Amino acid sequence: MVTFFIRRTIGAVLMLFVVSISTFLIFFGLPRLAGATPETFAARYLGRTADAHAQQLFAEKLGFYDPLWLQYWNWIKAIFVGTDYDYGTGIEHCAAPCFGYSFRTNHPVWDDLVDRLPVTFSLTVGASILWLVGGVAVGVLSALRKGSFFDRAAMTGALAGVSLPPYFTGLMFLYFFSYQFDLTAPGGTYVNFTDDPGEWAFSLILPWITLAMLNAAAYARFTRAGMLDTMGEDFIRTARAKGLHERVVVTKHGLRAALTPIITIFGLDVGLLLGGAILTESTFGLKGLGYFAIDAINKQDFPQIMGVTMFAAFFVVVANLIVDMLYAVVDPRVRLS
Amino acid sequence: MNTVISPRQDPTARPFLELRDLKIHFPTDDGVVKSVDGLSFSLERGKTLGIVGESGSGKSVSSLGILGIYHRRNANVSGEIWLDGQELVSSSPETVRGLRGKRMAMIFQDPLSAMHPYYTVGAQIIEAYRVHHKVSKKVARKHAIDLLARVGIPQPDKRVDDYPHQFSGGMRQRAMIAMALSCDPELLIADEPTTALDVTVQAQILDLMRDLQQEFNSALIIITHDLGVTAELADDVLVMYGGKCIEYGAATEIFENPEHPYTWGLLGSMPRLDQPVTERLLPIKGTPPSLINIPSGCAFHPRCAFEGRTAGASDTLVPELQLTGTSGHRVRCHMPAQVRQQIWRDEIKPTLEGTGQSVASMSELPSASDEQSEEVA
Repeated sequence: MVTFFIRRTIGAVLMLFVVSISTFLIFFGLPRLAGATPETFAARYLGRTADAHAQQLFAEKLGFYDPLWLQYWNWIKAIFVGTDYDYGTGIEHCAAPCFGYSFRTNHPVWDDLVDRLPVTFSLTVGASILWLVGGVAVGVLSALRKGSFFDRAAMTGALAGVSLPPYFTGLMFLYFFSYQFDLTAPGGTYVNFTDDPGEWAFSLILPWITLAMLNAAAYARFTRAGMLDTMGEDFIRTARAKGLHERVVVTKHGLRAALTPIITIFGLDVGLLLGGAILTESTFGLKGLGYFAIDAINKQDFPQIMGVTMFAAFFVVVANLIVDMLYAVVDPRVRLS
Repeated sequence: MNTVISPRQDPTARPFLELRDLKIHFPTDDGVVKSVDGLSFSLERGKTLGIVGESGSGKSVSSLGILGIYHRRNANVSGEIWLDGQELVSSSPETVRGLRGKRMAMIFQDPLSAMHPYYTVGAQIIEAYRVHHKVSKKVARKHAIDLLARVGIPQPDKRVDDYPHQFSGGMRQRAMIAMALSCDPELLIADEPTTALDVTVQAQILDLMRDLQQEFNSALIIITHDLGVTAELADDVLVMYGGKCIEYGAATEIFENPEHPYTWGLLGSMPRLDQPVTERLLPIKGTPPSLINIPSGCAFHPRCAFEGRTAGASDTLVPELQLTGTSGHRVRCHMPAQVRQQIWRDEIKPTLEGTGQSVASMSELPSASDEQSEEVA
């Protein structure tokens, strides 16, 4: 059990290492192949109006003349221990974890990321609880009443839920619930949980539902298929033969087994969303990580893009790790292998 | 309808278990699947009934039907099941659930898939016990350990916390039996209890089941396609084909004087160690019928070698399950009893036993169950 956890943790660290190399090469290796020089890298910081001398000076200071591996090393080192930038006008210390400074705003990228995280985190947690509970409940009922009117209606609804993009459903919700009936907060509002939990939920309810609908539909279909499989298993027949109540047969014996694969995709989906729910955040004007990423990409702010990429990758890898460990807790057969 | 009861049954007394014309039909888009089509038999406490037949003959469905494990929406169940004076088909699902696992229990075929992979063996036995008895977990756990010890699992106080995948096949089947016995059931149904096991383990499990049946004096139904198992354990034998009983009688009768061509076929396709290896097995030609499209008349007629001797009745009339002889032996066949007995004596028996072979092997098999029935009685 312990070796299993250690092995998975090492695997996760290796995965992050690979992601960091790929990210670095995409932004500092590939442009070289396309003809970029250290001076053009420096120009991104200085703006196009800077003269050649200033560019050379800046490229020197930021280490763009160093070999690639050294640049990568410095980048990683900065993330772990921080670094000092010498701009000529004075030394500026960038504390760990240092992802550098934005081209445009000169804000430390890390501070921006940490600022945006609560929004994305709030959005993800609320939506994931909604879609997990809703999707699994609908899926179980559909499986137990296979072929009934409820089953058909739910599965048709699920298909619609998967097919409708959040910028459509989100805008529809905003129009009706917020502007027509004035039931919820308008788009673009976000209140910190610590400031006012009620307002926090009020401002997030529509984004939660929009995001949850998308995934709940997939989870309902997934749960239904899993429950149909499981309820046909021999051990369900055994549970019935013992004289257990049907409720116990369905939950303790059926759902328990059917939930295992759902936990897996749930972990991955949550990890993915923590890196930013781009469409939903944009639709509702929530300044989360997804919004941040889109903005950085539009403005070609490389330090920001790299920072948010590593941030998102970190969540996916950690979610994966947690899922693996949960798997071992849930399914005793995994522990031995 | 004439009542069909065990030949050893006192007709004036109520049997412990009696099925009367049990039918389990499943309406589907392709037609009605007649899995069980008019099954009747009776069984006393302490006795064993072997139900024999090929896959898809309705054996397992009838046993699940007795336990009431079917969807009332999907299955049409008619007829009567009497368990110790209580009729089950017309009882509420909740009443039958209360009996299930308590007064009647089942041992399933493949113990690996029949046990839940996520719960320990002990937890599954404890669950079976506690659903019918209001006791603390501690008491139930003690009971589970006792049961595991009783079915011959070494170090039961440690193995009780193991998961099914940590048990060997034979041990899993023992644990399965322990689970079925947790509430001292009076009726025990074993569905192919040894099919998934090694041959050496099979014998141990059969021994165990025989011992336990004597200890608990329960009625035992063994469902199998293995005539060897039947010969080993059964007092009565019921042969099923196409959802119907086609031959029913005392085990000695069925093994010594079988009268249905299908039973002859089953006996002929059983490998025998006392025959020279050059002898070929005699498989039954053809395949079991689809339970949606059961052949008209006698369901066995397309595969029957003696179809021509029924004077054309084979595909038009469904034969009745009729008494033959005086020993309570019943057969569902168009041929007259004398003709059947003559075919068995002159054509089938010599082939099965090989020319010049003694009949010892044939009579040896049922003798085991004779001894057993004497012990029980």
